[in-house]
Amino acid sequence: MVAQAEEVIQHRSKLLAYIARWLLTTNHKDIGTLYLCLSFTLFFIAGAMAMVIRLELFQPGIQFAEPQFYNQMVTMHGLLMVFGVVMPGFVGLANWQIPLMIGAPDMALPRLNNFSFWILPFAFGLLLSTLFMEGGAPNFGWTFYAPLSTTYGPPSTDFFILGIHMMGISSVLGAINIIVTIFNLRTPGMTLMKMPLFVWTWLITAFLLIMVMPVLAGLVTMMLTDRHFGTSFFSAAGGGDPVMFQHIFWFFGHPEVYILILPGFGIASQIIPTFARKRLFGYHSMVYATLAIAILSFVVWGHHMFTTGMPVTGQLFFMYSTMLIAVPTGVKVFNWVATMWRGSMTFETPMLFTLGFVILFTIGGFSGLMLALVPADFQYHDTFFVVAHFHYVLYPGAIFGIMAAVYYWLPKWTGHMYDERLGKIHFWTAVIAVNLTFFPMHFSGLAGMPRRIVDYSLQFTDFNMVSSIGAGLLGLTQILFLYIVIKTIRGGEKASARVWEGADGLEWTVPSPAPHHTFEVPPPFPPMMEDNERTPLNE
Amino acid sequence: MNEAPRYYVPHSSPWPIIGSIALFVTAYGAVTFIHQSTDTVAAEGSFGQPIFFTGLALIAFMMFGWFGIVIRESLDGMTSGLLDRSYRMSMAWFILSEVMFFGAFFGALFYARIISVPWLAGAGNNLETHVLLWPDFADTWPLFMTPGGGITEAMEAWGLPFINTVILVTSSVTVTFAHWALKKNQRVLLPIWLAITVALGSSFLILQVIEYQEAYTELGLTLGSGIYGSTFFMLTGFHGAHVTMGTIMLTVMLLRSLRGHFSAENHFAFEAVSWYWHFVDVVWLFLFTFVYWF
Ligand code: HEM
Ligand SMILES: [Cu+2]
Repeated sequence: MVAQAEEVIQHRSKLLAYIARWLLTTNHKDIGTLYLCLSFTLFFIAGAMAMVIRLELFQPGIQFAEPQFYNQMVTMHGLLMVFGVVMPGFVGLANWQIPLMIGAPDMALPRLNNFSFWILPFAFGLLLSTLFMEGGAPNFGWTFYAPLSTTYGPPSTDFFILGIHMMGISSVLGAINIIVTIFNLRTPGMTLMKMPLFVWTWLITAFLLIMVMPVLAGLVTMMLTDRHFGTSFFSAAGGGDPVMFQHIFWFFGHPEVYILILPGFGIASQIIPTFARKRLFGYHSMVYATLAIAILSFVVWGHHMFTTGMPVTGQLFFMYSTMLIAVPTGVKVFNWVATMWRGSMTFETPMLFTLGFVILFTIGGFSGLMLALVPADFQYHDTFFVVAHFHYVLYPGAIFGIMAAVYYWLPKWTGHMYDERLGKIHFWTAVIAVNLTFFPMHFSGLAGMPRRIVDYSLQFTDFNMVSSIGAGLLGLTQILFLYIVIKTIRGGEKASARVWEGADGLEWTVPSPAPHHTFEVPPPFPPMMEDNERTPLNE
Repeated sequence: MNEAPRYYVPHSSPWPIIGSIALFVTAYGAVTFIHQSTDTVAAEGSFGQPIFFTGLALIAFMMFGWFGIVIRESLDGMTSGLLDRSYRMSMAWFILSEVMFFGAFFGALFYARIISVPWLAGAGNNLETHVLLWPDFADTWPLFMTPGGGITEAMEAWGLPFINTVILVTSSVTVTFAHWALKKNQRVLLPIWLAITVALGSSFLILQVIEYQEAYTELGLTLGSGIYGSTFFMLTGFHGAHVTMGTIMLTVMLLRSLRGHFSAENHFAFEAVSWYWHFVDVVWLFLFTFVYWF
């Protein structure tokens, strides 16, 4: 009896210790894992919402979703994917990798790091709970334009506002931590211009976060006071202007879309040299291009508002500045291709996802250029063409970037190789499904199908059916991804420290799986790789 | 190589999770409190107010606990070199984020003054808006009458606001004197200058309360009086909240300096607070110029 009771107690205290470990941890690897798990969970929740949307759009007419509910799904899908999946996903990668890549023992402010993470589950809990509230969840799109979100927003809008505040606090604190870590904890010898590009792109992303998340916070605060305390920021009767909402939102929003892609650029710049077994082409131009993109991203926001009403000079300014961004973006794509040129390439899953990223992201960049032309945008704005554009840059862009990174570094994290055959199946089904889903949207959009509407005219049926079938397949492939990740965590072929033959960088000098504490003493730089055939990052 | 500083990584800590819970309770309480007091949803059965204040109390508790640890670590000499530099840098970046937060409201102010108010009065190609919707509306700043007909008077710059400007600028100087005293190890002068700074900060706040009272009771200037009132109270209100925080932090610095916490070399907390205080001061100068004066 006594022994049994003791066993129960022991079991309990083990469980408690386990919970406490994750709740109280200050370890960058633990916190990175937490971020990635949160991101993955929300990926499936937001993905389920996308399935509802695509199911409804499979045929014209109203099948399953009432218009109100459809609007809620569109809104929550967008908000969760942007704030809950891509951002925490990248932060998770940053947490795991930045200390490993710069030879630091941990993040600069480990307790703050824990705080940044644990705010998020509460914030998203708050946001998700709005689905069950009276009056329903937010239903005004992820851009929450006034007056839809002020005068006409449901009561749950206020929970959404406070949720945004919490995410904002988390992002700003996380970004501060990342910047300080990068500036302060690099191993001696790693100058700024010798940092791996993933670190560089995250440094710039963190800067963008610090610059624009507070603006978003200010914006939702004005919404809150307009809703409840009688202010007239977004109401013409009081001398304000609903269009001002759009200006402030997009001043945040455009840098935000680069927050969603820059770390992906960094990931591609890590992976391509590894599998091309060549040094990255044009390291310096990569850094400067990223900086240029980040700075330009503050002066292009008007391209989201061409049809809202703006003086012609404003339209011209925003058109040219937007097209200017395509130049540094083009530099990056050129450099990736040039890195592969005459490389001795192999096509493991991370490389496949990266190649998908480069090609399909570029398609999204081209449709962005089309949208940047003022007269053309008058036709395209608020149609499915825009939906096609941003899904091309976000799914095969940001999401493929995260997946490539997960395949690339998973052996380092778990000590096991993933199943290469399954990984390839995952890639090929995903890449086919992504195009099936989003390519037809270009056509339906050009033909005039409006976005965010539950029903559509008959002539768009074929395109939508193809999209919906693609979306279903895309959803299934991600279940395969989940299976692959779990399988790798539980076992598999042992991974060596270097994992990939062509890999270079400090993270490959520690054993796989990376021990709980690494680099308690700053490692030598350039790194000593396992074998002598080093291909240094840059010299 | 062995010269490189070894880095102190703290072990697990309960304060962040307490902080997250505190934020959640505060956020949830704030919304239900607002809903209750503005009748947005049925008020029965929700305890917004007590939940909100519980949340705030939890946040205060978390800050005490968390900063307590940091102070103890600093007194134990663990906060040297690298970590000190990390703290400094993060404070600087945090202040940048605060600048951008105020930037949003200044953006709204300039947008209203340069774009929306003139346009509503027919500037540019907006004549139809003016003639058809708001024919009686005139472009003035301060906006004495909104398009919808709301009326207010403006706050005079050279009364209380000017006195407050003098007070805040002086306090920025006194906090610098305190810093110099600390650097020269003048242990008597340090708390004196700090106490003066705290007194100045508090008088600023008292005067601002009087100013708000005057605005509400005599000028008819409220949060609801159009975009002028909105920007006025949003900017001065958030600024006032920052002065409050700054004064509290200065008071903590005063108490800590009396306990002999700082040394001429090691006084990050003091410097962070004084940076914050200068920042609040600079924001006020912009406020005084663009909200009150021009
Ligand atoms: C060459 C680079 C790019 C250009 C020229 C560009 C241009 C544009 C333009 C003009 C629009 C507005 C279309 C409209 O509403 O009528 C737009 C929308 C959008 N773009 Fe891009 N873009 C580029 C890259 C990106 C990237 C990298 C991302 C994100 C990773 C992105 C995400 C979005 C999103 C989310 C929207 C839609 C926002 C909404 O209304 O919901 N774009 N883009
Ligand atoms: Cu944009």
